[in-house]
Amino acid sequence: MAPVDATLLLATDRLTALFHRHAAVKEVSLLFPSNTVTAIIGPSGCGKSTLLRCLNRMHELSDGAWVTGKVLLEGVDIYGGEVDAVQVRRRVGMVFQRPTPFPTMSIFDNVAAGLRVDGRLPTSQVATAVERALQQAALWDEVKDRLHTSAVALSGGQQQRLCIARAVAPQPDVLLLDEPTASLDPAGTQRIEELCHELKRRYTIVIVTHNMQQAARVSDYTAFLYLGQLIEAGRTRDLFTKPRLEQTEAYLTGRFG
Amino acid sequence: MTVRALRRRAVSALMTGLVAGLCLLAVLPLLFILGDLVAKGASSIDWHFFTRSPAPAGESGGGVANAIAGTGVIVGLAGLIGLPVGIGAGIFLAEYGAGRLGFFVRFVADVMNGTPSIVVGIFAWTFIVKPVGHFSALAGAVALAVLMVPMIARTSEEMVRLVPHSLREAALALGYPRWRTSLRVVVRSALSGIVTGSLVAIARVAGETAPLLFTALGNLNFTTDVSQPMQTLSLQIYVYATGPFDEWHRLAWAAALVLMGLVLVLALFARWVTRERYGAR
Ligand SMILES: Nc1ncnc2c1ncn2[C@@H]1O[C@H](COP(=O)(O)OP(=O)(O)OP(=O)(O)O)[C@@H](O)[C@H]1O
Ligand SMILES: [Mg+2]
Repeated sequence: MAPVDATLLLATDRLTALFHRHAAVKEVSLLFPSNTVTAIIGPSGCGKSTLLRCLNRMHELSDGAWVTGKVLLEGVDIYGGEVDAVQVRRRVGMVFQRPTPFPTMSIFDNVAAGLRVDGRLPTSQVATAVERALQQAALWDEVKDRLHTSAVALSGGQQQRLCIARAVAPQPDVLLLDEPTASLDPAGTQRIEELCHELKRRYTIVIVTHNMQQAARVSDYTAFLYLGQLIEAGRTRDLFTKPRLEQTEAYLTGRFG
Repeated sequence: MTVRALRRRAVSALMTGLVAGLCLLAVLPLLFILGDLVAKGASSIDWHFFTRSPAPAGESGGGVANAIAGTGVIVGLAGLIGLPVGIGAGIFLAEYGAGRLGFFVRFVADVMNGTPSIVVGIFAWTFIVKPVGHFSALAGAVALAVLMVPMIARTSEEMVRLVPHSLREAALALGYPRWRTSLRVVVRSALSGIVTGSLVAIARVAGETAPLLFTALGNLNFTTDVSQPMQTLSLQIYVYATGPFDEWHRLAWAAALVLMGLVLVLALFARWVTRERYGAR
């Protein structure tokens, strides 16, 4: 791989992710340019989630999971010996397929959770940061009068936007979204897609999706994964209109996968 | 209506009736016990019953103030020792108990859960009463704590395990260190279950008699000195119920009623503590 561009925030270099002896992601080298949305597509079980979870060192929490190769965050390998996984996760936020609000916390406390860990922010600034995060997640107007009520009383779509607010509140550099609209209705899906456009001004976004139209709508770059291997990656426009490989075209047109 | 629909209705009604009947059968003994206690004990309960220590043998009057205070002191002390150890062990088992140490601790807890309480009493007598040279409330509290720990550890473990894995991952993905994830998110989500389990364990040991016979021994006078023998309601019931006087038998019923009442209050308290924080879910 060519020397990594300094402005390039995130890249993988021959990244292989394994569960025991089974490789779920094989030798994937990808670049995620700053302030862009990169979509990862591919059939179920091809390793999209696993790849995503390698980018903030969540993968290693699974049973028997390990990694070879590199993930470079501003040129530093996050799997290097002196790097602390907890610090990596603070810089690389993540939103899961299912909304995961903390049930014992209010809406406010949910969003503040990442700000308060280790008391990183003085209390006086937490309220401002929470409001900003909720604004960014397009949830503020809906919850501003009920900030101190339970987070689990929100609808599924609201909970998902709450999780996005929680992830962006500590102002990470990268935001990972794993099928964030899988459990949402069309209106909720649209809001989250609009959000991606909004958020990429501040963050570098990687989104896993099963929905081709969604990938085409929200992303600047697309990577197509099949059986753990990177088949093709490039600008979304190019990949969708003139894929270089037969296999990519077959998947995009729904002939397999 | 078709025959099939009718049959379904009949079967449904039959099953509902059966289940309701079995439920009634399950609570029937409790109702009998409560009714019996009230019938035989309520008449002996008056103000003096709560404020006075027992009258000398053969004389009437007197109360169980010493035993009520003693139950409070000994069970409270047992909780003070047993709750942190039990809850801590439970969290350890659920969060870090995958290895050999976890297996061992779990095995010991299960064996201890099945150990007769009188054995624990003998253990406390051997290791505390005998070396110190006299019976004491402290030895009783230790015996009760030893009984509580495995109960609390196992229920706490179960409660912590019930917390969905996704919640744990969400906290870790936010950059929570592992111990903080355990405490702030996982344990907090399991807290109502842990509190319920702890209060149930406290209620269980509050009625224990056998382990106290060799340790707290009993005391006819009011005392709060934990280095001395101390009365508890269960010991008082034992003494009165096995004694020769009718008056004592009546007092035993009354003391049993008070003990049941205390346990009931604990159960209600558990309900109250674990009520939904934010109203309707
Ligand atoms: N915890 C795990 N233990 C063992 N193998 C796993 C684990 N999680 C995933 N795998 C395996 O890794 C491979 C990739 O799984 P992954 O979840 O990354 O797929 P995916 O592309 O996200 O699929 P989907 O679109 O269905 O979410 C699969 O073969 C799966 O069986
Ligand atoms: Mg997935």
